[in-house]
Amino acid sequence: MIPIEPYIVLSALIFTIGGVGFLVRRNVLVTLMSIEVMLNATNLALVAFNRSRLAPSLAQTYPGQSHTGQVFAFFIIAAEAAEVAVGLAIVLALYRLRRTVLSDEADLLKN
Amino acid sequence: MSTLGMVYFYVCAALAVSGALAVVIARNPIRSAMGLLLLILSIAGLFLALHAQFLAAVQLIVYAGAIVVLFLFVIMLLGPSASPPLDHRGIVGRAFGGTLFALATLTALAAVVRATLSTHRTMAMPVPDSTFGGIDAFGTVLFSDDLAPFEVSSALLMVAVIGAVAVAKGRQGLPGLSPGEKTLAHVPAHSELAHSGVFRHDIEAIDTPAAPGTDVRPSSAAAASGADPDSIPTGRPGRPGQPGEIAGTKGDPR
Repeated sequence: MIPIEPYIVLSALIFTIGGVGFLVRRNVLVTLMSIEVMLNATNLALVAFNRSRLAPSLAQTYPGQSHTGQVFAFFIIAAEAAEVAVGLAIVLALYRLRRTVLSDEADLLKN
Repeated sequence: MSTLGMVYFYVCAALAVSGALAVVIARNPIRSAMGLLLLILSIAGLFLALHAQFLAAVQLIVYAGAIVVLFLFVIMLLGPSASPPLDHRGIVGRAFGGTLFALATLTALAAVVRATLSTHRTMAMPVPDSTFGGIDAFGTVLFSDDLAPFEVSSALLMVAVIGAVAVAKGRQGLPGLSPGEKTLAHVPAHSELAHSGVFRHDIEAIDTPAAPGTDVRPSSAAAASGADPDSIPTGRPGRPGQPGEIAGTKGDPR
């Protein structure tokens, strides 16, 4: 098996790409997808750390190795599904209000 | 075996990075969604290499099966408005912010890698149990010790579904919203452009130049009120021949 470091480097690289996309793109849809990219990168890091430690489980009912990182990644996936549903609903509401999907034209609070 | 594992990792890593780059770079949001799909598939492959079989399956089902499809639904719903034409306003500030973020993250990454390489030699990961990461072990943990957060996450999903329906449905069903209010709500972001004879891609007919000198604003307001706000699925309000278009709102004798 290969060590954990390549996984962490890959995760940081993907996170950086997603963060740059979040900051640079104006299309709200692409912005949401960039958030997805960043969360995927964090999931990869969590699972890789879980795999590299393999500490004995602290759970009373489960005697094997600890799954904490994987459970965290699982909950991140659940939270992400919720975030995408609400985010896309907001995109639709913005489009209905302003006929645009560009984030810098959502300036109703300006002036 | 080890060489095979290395090859597998680097193939998945290259696919993941190219998918992430496609999400950020692509002009068309559908291509961005396809890049996201590629990223998700290759990360599921990496989960398999990390002995997280259940998470790989969840990744495929939830992301590729639900989230990417949801993105595609919304992109198709918005039609061509989902990929507005290129304009370079504010590009300097955004590029500066993006570069700063990338430099900061990559510097932190380089520092971490240097510290790791100087302190100890990189070693291979320990061998897990045969049940590690499978649905048996994962389900046992999830339904015993992590039961409380699991139940809370179901409440989170419920609230998110209700909130998404409430936000996306909007207010058009409520009584007491007069047509005048609707017209005000639909004045586009750059309505002053209507007087300068530029192309109006957002609310008028696509790429119809507003003739300079003619009074465009009342007709655009009429088109805005004439375009049914319910007709988001058809997209492109005011396109000629569209069923949502009310003939005659633009003074057309047809």
